[in-house]
Amino acid sequence: MGTRATDEATDATQERDHTAAARTGTAMVGLESVNKHFGDLHVLKDISLEVQPREVVVVVGPSGSGKSTLCRAINRLETIDSGEIRIDGKKLPEEGAALADLRADVGMVFQSFNLFAHRTVLDNLTLAPTRVRKTKRAVAEAEAMALLDRVGIAGKAHHLPAQLSGGQQQRAAIARALAMHPKVMLFDEPTSALDPEMVGEVLEVMVSLASEGMTMIVVTHEMGFARRAADRVVFMDAGQIVEQNTPAEFFDSPQTERARSFLASVLPH
Amino acid sequence: MNILSENLGLLLQALGTTVMMTVVAGIGSLILGVLVTVARVSPIPILRAAAFCYVQFFINVPLLALLLLAVFALPDAGLIMPLTPTAIIVLTVYEAAYVAEAVRSGVNTVAVGQVEAGRALGLSLGQSMRLVVIPQALRAVVQPLGNVMIALAMNTALAAVVGVVELTSRVNKVNLVYAQPIEIFTAAGLVYMAIALAIGLAAGRVERKVAIVR
Ligand SMILES: Nc1ncnc2c1ncn2[C@@H]1O[C@H](COP(=O)(O)OP(=O)(O)O)[C@@H](O)[C@H]1O
Ligand SMILES: [Mg+2]
Repeated sequence: MGTRATDEATDATQERDHTAAARTGTAMVGLESVNKHFGDLHVLKDISLEVQPREVVVVVGPSGSGKSTLCRAINRLETIDSGEIRIDGKKLPEEGAALADLRADVGMVFQSFNLFAHRTVLDNLTLAPTRVRKTKRAVAEAEAMALLDRVGIAGKAHHLPAQLSGGQQQRAAIARALAMHPKVMLFDEPTSALDPEMVGEVLEVMVSLASEGMTMIVVTHEMGFARRAADRVVFMDAGQIVEQNTPAEFFDSPQTERARSFLASVLPH
Repeated sequence: MNILSENLGLLLQALGTTVMMTVVAGIGSLILGVLVTVARVSPIPILRAAAFCYVQFFINVPLLALLLLAVFALPDAGLIMPLTPTAIIVLTVYEAAYVAEAVRSGVNTVAVGQVEAGRALGLSLGQSMRLVVIPQALRAVVQPLGNVMIALAMNTALAAVVGVVELTSRVNKVNLVYAQPIEIFTAAGLVYMAIALAIGLAAGRVERKVAIVR
């Protein structure tokens, strides 16, 4: 992981002065001048962001700054008012079959896990592969078992979600997303609903994903994770990207007053 | 008791008709009711409006009026069907409205995150409905659906008015011959209670089996 992280950190550093436009077409996720309102509330203000293949971008910022909305806009769980979002070069389509296809390539992990409550963990993992990808059940199940084993809960395959701890549920949810072989994974505060003692086990899985080269956008308050796994930290405040940098630069020498006061409020001293 | 045993064959046959109507209209109304619910919660305005009107219409018109209409007015309009199937169809479309209301309240108990998770995985709206929302909604409303089925079983008795020879109709005919209303109608009442009890117990069992632990 070391070399890659360093290489990309260098890339990211060079990139922070917005060479984005020059790289259009090569990014895994590209947002260009994205705006979004909830009624009178301007939630995303002219957001432009590019995430390269294998890059891990951690999004931080105060509550209400638009991080979740950003995340959800990327697979169109929220529609945007203007601007453009591209996944692997393809513009997000309107609601319909093409959008479903695109979503199948974008893994999403929610704060509240959202495992299908009426299905076993194994069924949670095989549902989309068999129904969307038309993978044969036996193949899907074998793959699901391997994924569950990888996230350390193979023993829970035949349990219902409610029979698992929060940490186990979130690991199952990550495995469920991985079962679709996504090109990119979105995490919206994946550990915020967990008891403190379960945060580590989920972050562990995420760190290992990152080290394997998964393209990831992670909204989190876990600054330790950002330092360990991120290639780039994006700081949002009031619907804007205020600052972005390598984790080391961002945490050690934040450039803006807003970032400094945010860090002062979240980092233990 | 004599009366009952002397007419046992006819009474059992009539009971069979009652049970058959209940089962057929029950299954039919469950299927139709779920479809109406799906339309009711779909993103397509015209479907939603149609489903809303459907439910409102059948909830606000007496079943007896519908039965009379179907049996006496439809043939006038050139649509002629045997009596019992006509009654079963009317019962089906009527109870489907109540099934739809029950299932819709179940849909409301399904967390938004469940649909979002499905959609984020690439399930179509239809698949999200069929594989995620409806199965969870149904699990949440087993008892209310049981009650609709019990009401349906009792409502089959109205078919007697339009000439279907089901349990109530047969019992009435027997009474016209023997004039022992207390015995005859008490016995019929007990049979209806047994049917209701059986449906209620079955619903309880199903509920325990499929309930979602959260
Ligand atoms: N569905 C919604 N309707 C109206 N306002 C919303 C909705 N979702 C989020 N908001 C508002 O948009 C702003 C940004 O929300 P969000 O993206 O969830 O922020 P964050 O994830 O950074 O805490 C907040 O002020 C929030 O109250
Ligand atoms: Mg949020």
